[in-house]
Amino acid sequence: MEITNLTVHELLEKLQNKEISITDITKSYVQNINEKEKEVQAFITPLTAQALEQAEEVQKKVEEGTITSELAGIPIGIKDNICTKGVKTTCASKMLENFVSPYDATVMEKLQKENMINLGKLNMDEFAMGASTEYSHFQKTKNPWNLNTVPGGSSGGSAAAVAANLVPWALGSDTGGSVRQPASFCGVVGLKPTYGLVSRYGLVAFASSLDQIGPITKDVRDNAMLLTLIAGHDEKDSTSMNIEKKDYTKALKNDVKGLKIGVPQEFFGEGINKEVKQKLGQAIEEYKNLGATVEEFSLDIAEYSLATYYIIACAEASSNLGRFDGIRYGYRSPNFTNLKELFVNSRSEGFGAEVKRRIILGTYVLSSGYYDAYYKKAQQVRTLVKKEFDKAFEKYDVLLTPTSPTVAFEIGTRSNNPLEMYLADICTVSVNIAGLPAISVPCGVDSNNMPIGMQLIGNKFDEETILNAAYTYEQKAKFRENYHPVVY
Amino acid sequence: MLKEDYEVVIGLEVHAELSTKTKIFCSCPTEFGAEPNTHVCPVCMAMPGALPVLNERVVEYAVKAGLATNCTIARDSKNDRKNYFYPDLPKSYQISQFDKPLCENGYIEIEDDEGNPKKVRILRIHIEEDAGKLNHNEFGEGSLVDLNRAGVPLIEIVSEPDIRSSGEADRYLKKLKSILQYIEVSDCKMQEGSLRADVNVSVHKPNEPFGERHEMKNMNSFKSIQRAIEYEREAQISDNENGVKINRETMRWDDVSGKTFSMRDKEDAQDYRYFPEPDLVAIKLSEEYIANIQKNLPELPESRKARYLEEYKLSEKDSRMLTASKYLSNMFEEALAICGNSKAVANWLLSDVSRILNEKELEPDQIPFTAEQLAKMIMLIDKGTISSAIAKKVLEELFETPKNPEEIIQEKGWIQISDEGAIKEVVMRILENNPQSIIDFKNGKDRALGFLVGQAMKETKGKANPQMLNQMFLEELKK
Repeated sequence: MEITNLTVHELLEKLQNKEISITDITKSYVQNINEKEKEVQAFITPLTAQALEQAEEVQKKVEEGTITSELAGIPIGIKDNICTKGVKTTCASKMLENFVSPYDATVMEKLQKENMINLGKLNMDEFAMGASTEYSHFQKTKNPWNLNTVPGGSSGGSAAAVAANLVPWALGSDTGGSVRQPASFCGVVGLKPTYGLVSRYGLVAFASSLDQIGPITKDVRDNAMLLTLIAGHDEKDSTSMNIEKKDYTKALKNDVKGLKIGVPQEFFGEGINKEVKQKLGQAIEEYKNLGATVEEFSLDIAEYSLATYYIIACAEASSNLGRFDGIRYGYRSPNFTNLKELFVNSRSEGFGAEVKRRIILGTYVLSSGYYDAYYKKAQQVRTLVKKEFDKAFEKYDVLLTPTSPTVAFEIGTRSNNPLEMYLADICTVSVNIAGLPAISVPCGVDSNNMPIGMQLIGNKFDEETILNAAYTYEQKAKFRENYHPVVY
Repeated sequence: MLKEDYEVVIGLEVHAELSTKTKIFCSCPTEFGAEPNTHVCPVCMAMPGALPVLNERVVEYAVKAGLATNCTIARDSKNDRKNYFYPDLPKSYQISQFDKPLCENGYIEIEDDEGNPKKVRILRIHIEEDAGKLNHNEFGEGSLVDLNRAGVPLIEIVSEPDIRSSGEADRYLKKLKSILQYIEVSDCKMQEGSLRADVNVSVHKPNEPFGERHEMKNMNSFKSIQRAIEYEREAQISDNENGVKINRETMRWDDVSGKTFSMRDKEDAQDYRYFPEPDLVAIKLSEEYIANIQKNLPELPESRKARYLEEYKLSEKDSRMLTASKYLSNMFEEALAICGNSKAVANWLLSDVSRILNEKELEPDQIPFTAEQLAKMIMLIDKGTISSAIAKKVLEELFETPKNPEEIIQEKGWIQISDEGAIKEVVMRILENNPQSIIDFKNGKDRALGFLVGQAMKETKGKANPQMLNQMFLEELKK
C-alpha cells in the first residue's frame, strides 16, 4: 500500500482502523517530495522539516486525547498567494520574494483549528496571472503527466503537487479558471466555489470581485470534505455570504436520475480540440446512461465573457497591486533619487512582464475618457452574463462544458503570446463573471495520455448538485484506477 | 473698473474627522497622539490580502451630519476607490464615495455681511478614510510614515459655490463646526487636524459667468482661511484688471508671508480612476433606520437659540453667541440650573469668560472651571458677599486654579464689607480728606459722588459694598 496514493478519505479510514499513524502520512509525503520535487518543481517554499515535527506533535496529542479534530495530522499544500503567518507568501513574484505575512488568512486559521499540517507553499503564475505557471518568478512547474508540458495555471503548483502525490490535497485560487484549468491539465478535481462562499481574507487580491479560494483534490469526496472545512461566513470579508453551514459530503448520493444537464453549444465550437470534444461526448453519454437528461442549448453571451473578464480583472488588479510600491514591504529598488523613481523603479523591477501588462491594461480601462467605453461597458455585459446564466438555471440543474479547449500544452509554446494564453481561460471565465460554482473533474485522456477535464457549472450556492453530479460520474468512470501520470 | 465691481465666489470642501472609537475599516483605535504606528493592523497597513469592513458607526454619524444640515439621505449608496500613489496612502487608493454619496442637497443657514439670513447649499456629504502622516526628518534623516491616522473616518462636506465673502466663509465654517459638535459626530479640533478645509476661490463680475478657481488645500485655521480668501480676491481681481488669464490651479497658502503659491496646475491634474470598491457591499439604508436617527438627533443650535429667546428672554445676539458653542451653551444651562440668574450667567460667559478665552487663545471646551463654580460665584454676587469687581478677580483665579469660589474669597480675604458701621467709618474718613468734593457736589457736580465712591473702594481694596457706599455718601452729602 502506497500511502501517498490514497485519497484523504481513505487515509482517514486507515487512521481510524489504526493501519497507519499520523506520522506515517507526513513521512510518506516528505519522502515523496524528496524524491520527486526536483522533477515537478511544485513548491516555492517546502516546509518538510516543520511538517515532520508538527506531525509528531499532533500524533502525541491525538494519543493523549487533547486533539480530537477529524482532520488532525492530515497534510495539505497551499498556493503561495494565501497568507501564512511566519512563512513566506511570495505570490511567485520578485516583489514579495522575502515577504512574510504578519497574519494568517481565514482559511489557514480553519486548517490550523483542525491541526492540519502545511507541507509547503506552492508555485503559481505571478500574482495568479497566467494559465501555465510559467509566469512564476521562481521556476516552471512541470505537468506530472508529461514533464515537457505545463501544469496549467495559475494554481499549477497546487494541481501538479496533488497529481504527483506530493500533497494529498491543496488549496488554490480561481479568478478566471485558475483552479479548474490546472486541475483539468493535471487530471485532478478542482472546484471554484460560489463567489462569497469562502472567505477571501488573507488571499492576496488579484481581482476582488472574481477571486475565490478552492480545493484541488484527488477525487470528488475529498473535494467536498475540504470545501466543507473552508466554506462559511467570515466577518473579516464583507463579500462573504452568511449562509447556512453545510456538510458537502452528504450531497454525494451516487445518483443523477432525473438530473437536468444543459450543454451550451458555444463551448463546443471552434478552437475546442477534437479529442476534448470526443471525451466530453462520451461523458454526456455516460450521464444519459446514469439517468440524467441532457440537452443542448445556446448561451450566446458567452463569447463576450473573455473580453469582459480581462477588462474587469485587469481594472481591479491595477488598483489591488498599487500597494506594492516599495514603501512598507516587498521589493524596493536600490535605484532612486526621488519619490517618483522609488515608486517607478521598484514596480518596474519587482513585477514580471505579464503582471505589468495587466496593470497597464487595467489602468487604461479605468482612465477618464475610456472608463465608459471599457470598464462600464464590461460591467453592463457582466450583468447580462449573469442574467443568461439565471435563465439557463431555470431550465437546467447543471451546465456541462469542457474545462479547457485543449489538454496541457508544451512549456514555452504560449508564454510569449499573451492572447493565445488568454484563450486557455475561455471555458472558465464566464463562471467567475457570474459568480457561480463550477467543478472540473477528469473525463479521460487523449491519445498522448494527457488528461481531459469536464466542467460542471452549478447555480449560486448550489455546490451540492455539481459535487453529486461529478461524484456520480467519477464512480462510474473510475479515472484514478485507469490512468496515471508519469511521475507520482 | 473698480474692485467693488467684482464679486468673490467661494466654495468649501470641509473634512471632519468623525469621533468614532475605531477606524472606518478596521477595529484600530482612532485616538490622537499615540506613538507612531501603534494603532495599526493588517487592514490599515494595507498588508497583502487584508480586507476592509465598514464601521456601521461611520454611516450613522454621516447620516446624522446629513440630517443636521438638511440633506437628503441616500437609501442606496456605495464606496468607491480613488487611486493615486503617495507614501502616506498605504493601499495606493483611498476608499471614498464617488457618484453615490450618503447625503446630498442640504443647506446651512448663516448671516450675510449685512446680517440677513442666507442659505449656503450643501452639494454632498460623503464618507472616506484619512491617510497616514509623513514625518520629515523628525526621527533622523529622511521621511518616515506613521499610519496611526490611516483609516480614521472622515466626512467630506462639499458646499455649493454660494459663499460671497471671507466673512461668510468664516461664519459658514463656524456654524458647520458648531453643528458637528452639537450632534457629537466630530470634536472638530483644528489643532489636531480633525477639521480641515479645501477652499475654492474665484472672482467674476456679477452678471458674468464664474471665473476659473484657485483651490487651497488642507487649511486648518479659520483665520488663515479668511486671510487666504482676502489675498486671493485681491490677487485675482488685479490679474483680471491687468488682463492676466487665471487658470484652474491648486495653491498653497503661506501663513508667514501671507501669500498663496501655485502647487500644480491643470496640466498635472491627477486621474483618480474611481471605480466601485469591490471589497465592500452596497450601503442600503431603510426608512426606519433614517427615521430613528432623525428622531434621536440632539437639539441643534438654531432651535436652542429660539428657546433662549423665548424662555430666558435673552437678546438675539446673546442667544446666538451662546449657542454657537455647544460647550458654552451647555455650561450656560448647567450654571443657570444652579443659580437661577440667566442674565448674569449669559453676561459672564459672553463678556469676561469669552474675553479671557480670547486672550489665552483657548476654545470654550478648554475652560478649566465647572459650571457649578461659575454659578456659585454668581450666587455670591447676588447675595452681596462679593462685588462685581471682586468677582472679576475671582474669575481670573478660577482660570488659574479652579476651585470653589467661596474658598477663593476666604483665602484671599475678598469678602465684601457690608457692615454698616465699618462702611460709615470709611465714608466719614473719605469725606474728611476730600472737602473740595463736598463743595463740588453741592455746586451740582454729580461726578464728585463717583469720585468719592471710587476713593472708598480703593481704600477697602474693592471690598466695600458699592450700593451701601453710594447710599451713605448721598445721605451725608445731603445733610
